[in-house]
Amino acid sequence: MRIGIPKEPFEGQTLVAASPDTVAKLIKLGYGVVVERGAGARADYFDDQYLAAGAGIVEKEEAWGCDIVTCLDTPPAEELSLIKEGAVLLARMNPGANPELVGRLAAMNVTALALDMVPRISRAQALDVRSSMMNVAGNRAVIEAANRFGRLFAGQVTAAGKVPPAKVYVIGVGVAGLAAIGAAGSMGAEVSATDVRPEVADQVESLGGTFVEIPVKQESSDGYAKELADEQQKAVLKVYEEQAAKSDIVITTAQVPGRPAPLLLTAQAVAGMRPGSVIVDMGASELGSNCELTRPGEAYTTENGVTIIGYGDLPSRLPGQSSQLFGQNVVNLFKLVTSKKDGEPVWDVQDEVVRGMMVTVEGNVMWPPPPVKVSAAPLVQAPPAEEPREAVEAPARKRWWWKIALGVLGVALVVTAPSEMAGHFIVFELAVVVGFYVITSVTHTLHTPLMSVTNAISGIIVVGAILLIGSSNPLVAALSFIAMVIASINVFGGFLITNRMLKMFERSSE
Amino acid sequence: MDTFLLSGFNASAEVLDALTRFQSLAYILAALLFILALAGLSKQKTARRGNTMGVVGMAIALVATVAVSVFQDQEAAVLTIALILAAVVIGAAIGIWKAAKVQMTAMPELVAMLHSFVGAAAVLVGFNSFFTEPGMAGDASNAFHMGEVGLAVFIGAVTLTGSIVAYLKLSARISGKPLTLPGRNAINLVMLVACIALIAWAINTTGVGEGLVPLCVLTAVSLVLGAHLVLAIGGGDMPVVVSMLNSYSGWAAAMAGFTLGNDLLIITGALVGSSGAYLSYIMCQGMNRSFVSVILGGFGGDAPAKSGEARDYGNHTETSPDEVAQLLKEAKRVVITPGYGMAVAQAQYPVAELTRKLIDMGVDVQFGIHPVAGRMPGHMNVLLAEAKVPYDNVFEMDEINDEFGEVDVVLVIGANDTVNPAAETEPDSPIAGMPVMRVWEAGKVIVSKRSMGNAGYAGVQNPLFFNDNTDMLLGDAKVSVEAIIANL
Repeated sequence: MRIGIPKEPFEGQTLVAASPDTVAKLIKLGYGVVVERGAGARADYFDDQYLAAGAGIVEKEEAWGCDIVTCLDTPPAEELSLIKEGAVLLARMNPGANPELVGRLAAMNVTALALDMVPRISRAQALDVRSSMMNVAGNRAVIEAANRFGRLFAGQVTAAGKVPPAKVYVIGVGVAGLAAIGAAGSMGAEVSATDVRPEVADQVESLGGTFVEIPVKQESSDGYAKELADEQQKAVLKVYEEQAAKSDIVITTAQVPGRPAPLLLTAQAVAGMRPGSVIVDMGASELGSNCELTRPGEAYTTENGVTIIGYGDLPSRLPGQSSQLFGQNVVNLFKLVTSKKDGEPVWDVQDEVVRGMMVTVEGNVMWPPPPVKVSAAPLVQAPPAEEPREAVEAPARKRWWWKIALGVLGVALVVTAPSEMAGHFIVFELAVVVGFYVITSVTHTLHTPLMSVTNAISGIIVVGAILLIGSSNPLVAALSFIAMVIASINVFGGFLITNRMLKMFERSSE
Repeated sequence: MDTFLLSGFNASAEVLDALTRFQSLAYILAALLFILALAGLSKQKTARRGNTMGVVGMAIALVATVAVSVFQDQEAAVLTIALILAAVVIGAAIGIWKAAKVQMTAMPELVAMLHSFVGAAAVLVGFNSFFTEPGMAGDASNAFHMGEVGLAVFIGAVTLTGSIVAYLKLSARISGKPLTLPGRNAINLVMLVACIALIAWAINTTGVGEGLVPLCVLTAVSLVLGAHLVLAIGGGDMPVVVSMLNSYSGWAAAMAGFTLGNDLLIITGALVGSSGAYLSYIMCQGMNRSFVSVILGGFGGDAPAKSGEARDYGNHTETSPDEVAQLLKEAKRVVITPGYGMAVAQAQYPVAELTRKLIDMGVDVQFGIHPVAGRMPGHMNVLLAEAKVPYDNVFEMDEINDEFGEVDVVLVIGANDTVNPAAETEPDSPIAGMPVMRVWEAGKVIVSKRSMGNAGYAGVQNPLFFNDNTDMLLGDAKVSVEAIIANL
């Protein structure tokens, strides 16, 4: 089948649904690909690059008239009417908030899949365009903030005085929040973050941030944070307000799909912030924003000197990267539905990933899909999912038993042994521990040389033979002699073969 | 000279005292150098320095021991020196000859053989120590000594025959198939209990004549136990066996050290023992098997092993060297995953040449090595290093496993179980849960294999071979790879 990549019809949309790289991957899956003339120009992907990747370059009508059309967002009426009957449309559709669009698509007799409705399960991550876009957006939010912020991010001690690090506070630790924490941290800022789901604390700390707890806990069953009850809400807002007052930059990332973004920073919170501070409101849209004073799509400075950035198009500010990621998500979707690599997609209703994205199929409305649970596995998967967990815990307990048993044995040896021998046991036990520590960092390429060198040094047993060779007992002397011969084989053979092997290892740069 | 030494010895107790101090100092130095040697061996940059430190440490230890031994020997210093020199020269000649001529593919055998020497030496030192200080009734310190002698003989003997059997299996002198006697675990258990009882017996004896009986029986039982243990383990589990025997040889040396009250031996033995144990642990993790299950014998002992065979995966596609060459030329990124089959066919040189040619053509070529590929920890790395493949092009499974999706062509050479998708997809497969290289995620997989007939070590059919994106290149790996090079 032929996939059409049209030029995005919306003013200000700089992305394109496929990069030359992802076009090549689609072709590998057996599809024909055509790209509208100039579709990628705003993302710095030019027509000849698409040609080189194997795509055809066509005019607008042909691109929209393909069997499969992939674009960023649901097109406006004019382009929608170019889509042929029975075609497949892949785009972000937000079907929950657009019932009339769902009806229109059904009436057109097309199969529509909403790329923004990928279920939040691990298997589907590779095709989740929201994750990709939020990742880019979180990164860019930090850059926008840095651009407006009048100071350095990293702390320094210079000849002209000390520079304190910027304090960045991120509210909402989803994909965007994590990206923002990572970006701000790598620029040297001191980062703290908050989320209503306490389980993300580890993720924040893994990126070098500090997790600020809030008094309300919430378990998520579908991968999203939920809206909170009123009295809880007040307590939470208070935490945000206190933290914002301490911070130089606040990045809010809360979005609830299909609904207005929740309010996180009140006018009072903004008033409490220091002049020169910056707020990046990633939830900003016409429906509602995370900050009470945000002007969606704009950046401005309040009377008390706080700059509020309400850009809704952060991914579009990195068009090349965003398009590549979006395109790769699309490729991953096609990989999922084209297992035969013959260019014929199979839209399997049984597959919960595909099912979750379906808005209409050949004119029938499929929206909304049955709910998908993340925390509690579906019925079919439940029994196997629990067994391995027990299996993992059991060996862990067993390992502990080993350690305790060894410890007891060690203590017993030292306690019961005659005093002149206790020293030997202590030496032995310490050497065992040293041995483990020395070996744990060994690189895999050196396993064999390591073994042959330990072979060589265990030839040290020759010492034991030497000590007894002078014995007046001829039998002892004879046995010692034999032991010395074979131990010497180890010493010389082991070191020599190790040396031979190590000489063979080479770096490519040499 | 003789008289000089004698007079020196007799002259004063101070000389003897100074001598002991000198020996302690030398031993501490040697022990430190051995620790540094092992530490150095953990990185490529410092590996050669590590080896040199080991040599220096050994030299210091030997010189100090010989000096002390000569000084302490009242009558025959010349004879002692002559004996030591003769033994060391004979041993060195054999060792150097072996090390210089061994093929890299035969490394596992050599390593196994060296283990057996340490085991044998430990047995001999154990016996010697017994002869010089036999059992006495009612002395706690002597009871410990006899227990240590028993343990040294026991571990040494198990290491000795275990390593000899491993050597025979690795050099294909006997079949690599696990020997599964009925009730083999019970046999092992009985022998183990018997050994413990014999050691207890030996502890309660007095004099050489009386103690010799339990010790000789103990030696015999331990020798049988060692052989039987390794006979029951299959060829594919050899990486675990070899590192396990490495560990045993260390413990044997440590026990011998205990019998002599020699701290240097104790330290070195413990270092080697624990390092070998850790290597075994890594190898077991690579196969997702517990240490105990490896010891208790190879795959195939349990019923589910057969279930893998029953499945029908459809037909495989065959390809030719010519097509493969074309495919590799057009690829951007190629990953080669070698297995034991590459070692058997001695294909590492053509593989390295293929790699060089492809890199010259602008193809990104990397190697992915499964932790238990081959018959010894790090076996594949040594072979590739021998053939001059730069080690920074060689990646461990974990480093490369998530990237197979971006790889155009994967060349599987003589690997089977380590690339078997059944480990992830078929919960009833005997290898289920074993970490495998996810080569099937690549654009195209070429499998070089002798024939379709023989399954891998685990005896499980590999559904990878029947995938749509897999082509089989049947025939001897060396011949196949050389043909690919000719077609480039």
